[in-house]
Amino acid sequence: MLDKNGIARRIAKEVKDGYYVNLGIGIPTLVANYIPRGLNVTLQSENGMLGMGPFPVEGDEDPDLINAGKQTITEVPGTAYFDSALSFGMIRAGKVDLTILGAMEVSEEGDIANWKIPGKMVKGMGGAMDLVAAAKNIIVAMQHVNKAGESKLLPRCSLPLTGVKCVKKIVTELAVLEVVPGKGFVLLERAPGVTVEEIRKATAGKLVVEGDVPEMDIA
Amino acid sequence: MNKVVKDADEAIMDITDGATIMLGGFGLCGIPENCISALVKKGVKDLTCISNNAGVDDFGIGLMLKTRQVKKMISSYVGENAEFERQLLSGELEVDLIPQGTLATRCMAAAYGMPAVWVRAGVGTEVAEGKEVRNFGGVDYLLEYAFDAPFAIVKAWKGDTHGNLVFRKTTRNFNMPMAMGGKITIAEVEELVPAGAIDPDHVHVPGIYVHRIFQGKQYEKRIEQRTVRSKS
Repeated sequence: MLDKNGIARRIAKEVKDGYYVNLGIGIPTLVANYIPRGLNVTLQSENGMLGMGPFPVEGDEDPDLINAGKQTITEVPGTAYFDSALSFGMIRAGKVDLTILGAMEVSEEGDIANWKIPGKMVKGMGGAMDLVAAAKNIIVAMQHVNKAGESKLLPRCSLPLTGVKCVKKIVTELAVLEVVPGKGFVLLERAPGVTVEEIRKATAGKLVVEGDVPEMDIA
Repeated sequence: MNKVVKDADEAIMDITDGATIMLGGFGLCGIPENCISALVKKGVKDLTCISNNAGVDDFGIGLMLKTRQVKKMISSYVGENAEFERQLLSGELEVDLIPQGTLATRCMAAAYGMPAVWVRAGVGTEVAEGKEVRNFGGVDYLLEYAFDAPFAIVKAWKGDTHGNLVFRKTTRNFNMPMAMGGKITIAEVEELVPAGAIDPDHVHVPGIYVHRIFQGKQYEKRIEQRTVRSKS
């Protein structure tokens, strides 16, 4: 079973040279720490920046330079700034190669719910609906089950949707799964030490197991 | 053409109860601090604020929530504010939540003189309820209308006496589309310079969109999430 950093480490293997990547808040943010050196990858922050660098060292924080999580960050060589309309313009136009975000639920059709729990305080969808509606390649980073022990991989989402038929891949503490509409959650890899049976038990939607499922390589 | 006003009080003089105002910024980054203080001081009520966020309890739009001046927020994310939550749950405050890109683009549509735009965000979700859907090339889109806001209030880094604006780093955010999308645009700047002092190639918002400008003072520029790494 993986911890949060393990999930981030595995997702980092999906990042290819030359990619423009948008990272959501939470586990997705950690992915930046595991992108192999030598790959030329540009991080997009939807508040208006391409080429997001690490947190500043103490004393170098700049209130005019934050990411979409409102955290202080830095530039890298080649950074570009722009406004929110242009930022979502490039997202909509499919220029961002990979979007990694968290979710409360994903359905076997690739629907995602991650912004609202009815009856609880609703904070808003931020840029999530725009991102999932537009991105060519969406990977969800999340825990396989919620705090109540219920599966988050479902036949249909029970919570209000963020987007429909958009999630391509899911990485959890137990597994890597591909979402194939009409088929279900296709099990690609198991986390180290996790059995197919354990993954099956934690998956409420249809799990498709084809042949031997390899263990993840997260070295 | 004299766009320069003395201060925030003069800039907002004709904003009255019930007004709809676009307010630039993202979180607390690049917010028009001087004009927010002036609106609090003036005490105008029943405002509709179009703003990506709602500030925090004691800063930004949070100051206007505390004094119960806001009737409705039109935003994409409002989670950082306990007083906001209290007013929302008690029914004192209305909130219209809009996907962030749609929010920005509805400002931009106003700036570009377009009545509406087609966007994919929200298709198949509750955001689509009651909206016109049209299929282009096999993909469904929602019809989203341009904002029609009498006032936009933005903060820029530099501005000149013609209203040309320059922003710094990630403060362009909603300041730029709102500056261009308001009927009357008020810009507060950290430094006001004479026309000609800004390189024309460096102008982000051309002055035609800006109606009033002044040099703000005592910017606090509060940081919402101070994150640092170790020096090693």
